[in-house]
Amino acid sequence: IRGNRELITTMSASSSSWSQALVQISPYTFAAVGIAISIGVSVLGAAWGIYITGSSLIGAAIKAPRITSKNLISVIFCEAVAIYGVIVAIILQTKLESVPKSQIYNPESLRAGYAIFASGIIVGFANLVCGLCVGIIGSSCALSDAQNSSLFVKILVIEIFGSALGLFGVIVGIIMSSQATWPTQ
Amino acid sequence: MYGFEALTFNIHGGYLEAIVRGYRSGLLTASDYNNLCQCETLDDIKMHLSATEYGPYLQNEPSPLHTTTIVEKCTLKLVDEYKHMLTQATEPLSTFLEYITYGHMIDNVVLIVTGTLHERDVQELLEKCHPLGMFDSIATLAVAQNMRELYRVVLVDTPLAPYFSECITSEDLDDMNIEIMRNTLYKAYLEDFYRFCQKLGGATSEIMCDILAFEADRRAVNITINSIGTELTRDDRRKLYSDFGLLYPYGHEELSVCEDMDQVRGAMEKYPGYQSIFSRLSYGESQLVDKAFYEEEVKRLCLAFEQQFHYGVFFAYMRLREQEIRNLMWISECVAQNQKSRVQDSVVFIF
Repeated sequence: IRGNRELITTMSASSSSWSQALVQISPYTFAAVGIAISIGVSVLGAAWGIYITGSSLIGAAIKAPRITSKNLISVIFCEAVAIYGVIVAIILQTKLESVPKSQIYNPESLRAGYAIFASGIIVGFANLVCGLCVGIIGSSCALSDAQNSSLFVKILVIEIFGSALGLFGVIVGIIMSSQATWPTQ
Repeated sequence: MYGFEALTFNIHGGYLEAIVRGYRSGLLTASDYNNLCQCETLDDIKMHLSATEYGPYLQNEPSPLHTTTIVEKCTLKLVDEYKHMLTQATEPLSTFLEYITYGHMIDNVVLIVTGTLHERDVQELLEKCHPLGMFDSIATLAVAQNMRELYRVVLVDTPLAPYFSECITSEDLDDMNIEIMRNTLYKAYLEDFYRFCQKLGGATSEIMCDILAFEADRRAVNITINSIGTELTRDDRRKLYSDFGLLYPYGHEELSVCEDMDQVRGAMEKYPGYQSIFSRLSYGESQLVDKAFYEEEVKRLCLAFEQQFHYGVFFAYMRLREQEIRNLMWISECVAQNQKSRVQDSVVFIF
């Protein structure tokens, strides 16, 4: 009886050595890297957004101290992006199950590993750009609010649309990961 | 990369950009100017100004006030704001901020050299210098006899040293040569600043290069108008024009052969950007060219604030403040000399 690993290698015997190398990486690796990207890159996006907003907010608040409390909303929107990343990482790590040794290179296992990896990338990068977007808008919002306080609510609407981007990523990521079923005995 | 400055600008420049935008909101508005234009005496002006941001600077001045005192204290406010920003800036913003003051340094150097030529006292001249353009060894300018000495003794240690390579001659300093020296230095400074902004790239280079090109063209027109009827040859005039800007190179060819105001107008009306300036002047009026250029400059400087994440806002703010101080000086002079009907002649509203 040939093991699954050899089966897959022979199936792709006519393809390049790169594809043979890729299919021999354990699905556990893909799943773990996916979880790491989901939390790591989300937090990168949130931190980037917070510093972009925060530096403008501090400078503008010297001349116009009234803007500080309202404009913390921008920082909160950026922070929400990191929270999305944490939630999805926790969900993904519950999906990471052990399979018996003979089943590791079963196509079903590979599919589960790839699903978790993709889910992590989706959530990570969606949150990265969402955090950037909200951060840049938050910076402009602070500066405009300092000059003319009627502008704050209007620019906040733009920020709300921006933070929906992260939510889209979370939704698709959770749908992807829900089909990550490892093979049973 | 143009378009992505928003991602990294705030690391070093975010705080200072917010600060300079805060300063900009303190510029005098049209209603302030209306109040000031209706003042009867300089004490009224002081009272109106103490309600604005200039209050702390003027409140300790004893009456009777002089117009020079008002201007001096307002300039002091600008210097304080500038120094506050310069101490907090990192490269390349700190170099950019220093470039803004080199123009004043050139003016100070020329002021002292001219004053010495006319046998004025050095201390008196130092008090008239613009505070943004002071440097350590400025007082020793008074001992120089010709340009080579000027360079060797004093200016080689200042940031103006690289601008001197074109105008070191052994001729003695007299009025004509000093003016040529001033214009040559300023030309070298503008070109250096232009290259620096181009190297910075992104939104900064686009906005600053546009503003500096306008400055270069304005200087070309001013040099032309001021040298009509003097003994400056056409080639010398040509050499004083900068090598960038909308007028380079064909406009410069035309301007260098102009002999009166109408020829200048004819040369300038070919450029759409400047046609609107010259069409507002009726024939033969060359005094209003200055005001028309100031208005155009203020319009372009205000546009610099429309975009975020670039250094142009710092330059624009400094220039707008200087324009405001010029406005205050004009208003104070009109009020002091009881010529209030002429107040509107030269005040350029910023907003």
